[in-house]
Amino acid sequence: MKCCVCKEREATVHLTQIAGDKIQKLDLCEECARSKGVNDPTGFSLADLLLGLGASQEMEQAAAATKGGELKCPRCGFTQADYKKAGRLGCPDCYQTFAEGLKSLLKTMHKGPRHIGKAPEQLRRHLDFKRHLAQLQRQLAQAIETEDFEQAAVLRDEIKHLTAKPAPASAPRK
Amino acid sequence: MNIHTFLAPPAETARRTGPHDRIVLSSRVRLARNLRDFSFPGWAKKAERLTVVDLIRPAVEQLPELAGCFSESMDKLSALDKQILVERHLISREHAARGAGSALALNREETLCVMINEEDHLRMQALRPGLQLRHAWEAVDAVDSQLEQKLNYAFSLELGYLTACPTNLGTGIRVSAMLHLPGLVLADQINAIVQSVSKLGLAVRGLYGEGSEALGNIFQVSNQRTLGETEPAIVERLEKVLTQIIEHEDNARTNLLEQRPKILFNQIGRAYGILTNAHIITSKEAINMLSFMRLGADLGMFPATARALTDELFILTQPAHLQRLHTGKLSADERDLVRADMIRERLKTMERPTPPPPPAPSPAAD
Ligand SMILES: [Zn+2]
Ligand SMILES: [Zn+2]
Repeated sequence: MKCCVCKEREATVHLTQIAGDKIQKLDLCEECARSKGVNDPTGFSLADLLLGLGASQEMEQAAAATKGGELKCPRCGFTQADYKKAGRLGCPDCYQTFAEGLKSLLKTMHKGPRHIGKAPEQLRRHLDFKRHLAQLQRQLAQAIETEDFEQAAVLRDEIKHLTAKPAPASAPRK
Repeated sequence: MNIHTFLAPPAETARRTGPHDRIVLSSRVRLARNLRDFSFPGWAKKAERLTVVDLIRPAVEQLPELAGCFSESMDKLSALDKQILVERHLISREHAARGAGSALALNREETLCVMINEEDHLRMQALRPGLQLRHAWEAVDAVDSQLEQKLNYAFSLELGYLTACPTNLGTGIRVSAMLHLPGLVLADQINAIVQSVSKLGLAVRGLYGEGSEALGNIFQVSNQRTLGETEPAIVERLEKVLTQIIEHEDNARTNLLEQRPKILFNQIGRAYGILTNAHIITSKEAINMLSFMRLGADLGMFPATARALTDELFILTQPAHLQRLHTGKLSADERDLVRADMIRERLKTMERPTPPPPPAPSPAAD
């Protein structure tokens, strides 16, 4: 059996790992096993490697389904073929370039498709501001609909006050 | 600065204590971060990687948490230095393989370690002895919050922190603990535990050895998913599971003592016999035997000092640590000799294990 990473040397390290409800099998040669840090407590690259290899297949299928042409990141020049080889992306923008192919993969890999954890503080303040504003606008629309003009005036003032202040941070690049 | 004089001697690290450290050897929380304007290290050209190191390294060195830290470019460290760091579980093997364009910063207490240009631009980890996941998370969170003010992180509203591998996307967090579970292994319950933990989206693997084989009964439990869950939720989930594993291990030890004491004493007695008498011992055998000796210490079959000693030997008998004590380059066969010599010497005054007295029959039998 050939090593599933280099596809050259004979595989001598056979690994089975259960992640979630999936059983993953991996056959590596000594060299790739070592370089990928198999059983390395600080690296964890085995799981990453396994999932990364799965990702390249997903991306291929997605590309085939959409247009058939090979995708290439306009910023860093990274291609799907590169992903297949490395199991890693090229740059932060690659997430946009390969968004389609990654979508279903992220869904099976993770708990949810959206990040709900920590965010850089500047951005957090910006988000709170936007969320607050949206909430006021919703309330205003409702007040107008129920013809509660007194409440609508209060809300309008509040929105004016809020937007008069400069926003805490400009929206960062997504 | 020299990494050998910087690192605490194994005798000292083996004496570090924490909650539940009979079973939980250490807790670790790692965050992965990348800079917005640069390619990930695996794809970036060397010049770009050097630029990234020049940006990140000063920011890291200025952190109060890293005052007086050991900070070095990976090409300035010898292969042996790097191997020592790997054996101490401070850097990954992947990072050890890197040279110019990658760097490392380690604080005085060896509780914070930052890898620059490993798989991601930044991989910062907080380490604590025993079960202290929350403390480790708070420590690494604080470091991250300071760094975000100086560095432009790659972050997306939808996907969170962008990482080189999609498996780390979102929070970029990896929460893990190293567990010593000889009771569950001897009681043949370890596979059931591994299976049920895996179903919870957590990974369990042996720390030493290959594949499903776990040397020294040491296992590592960590989260697999990083997106769609908050960091505190991940930490809490892992903590809950670990608390249960600790309970199972405790129960397994109690049951073995009560129902199959001979199996237990046999393993511990043989481990003692081999360690104190062998003249040739591989790293694999040493780890396995030391594990049972540690169990014996936990059960009171050795004097109280025995546990710190076994933990010290866990480190000292690793290949690079052995090599460090010798001037000439040791072959693997020679290492097995000097390893056996060292263990015999260190255990010279260690008394034979004495089985604990059988528990007195309690009047209120249950
Ligand atoms: Zn290979
Ligand atoms: Zn790219």
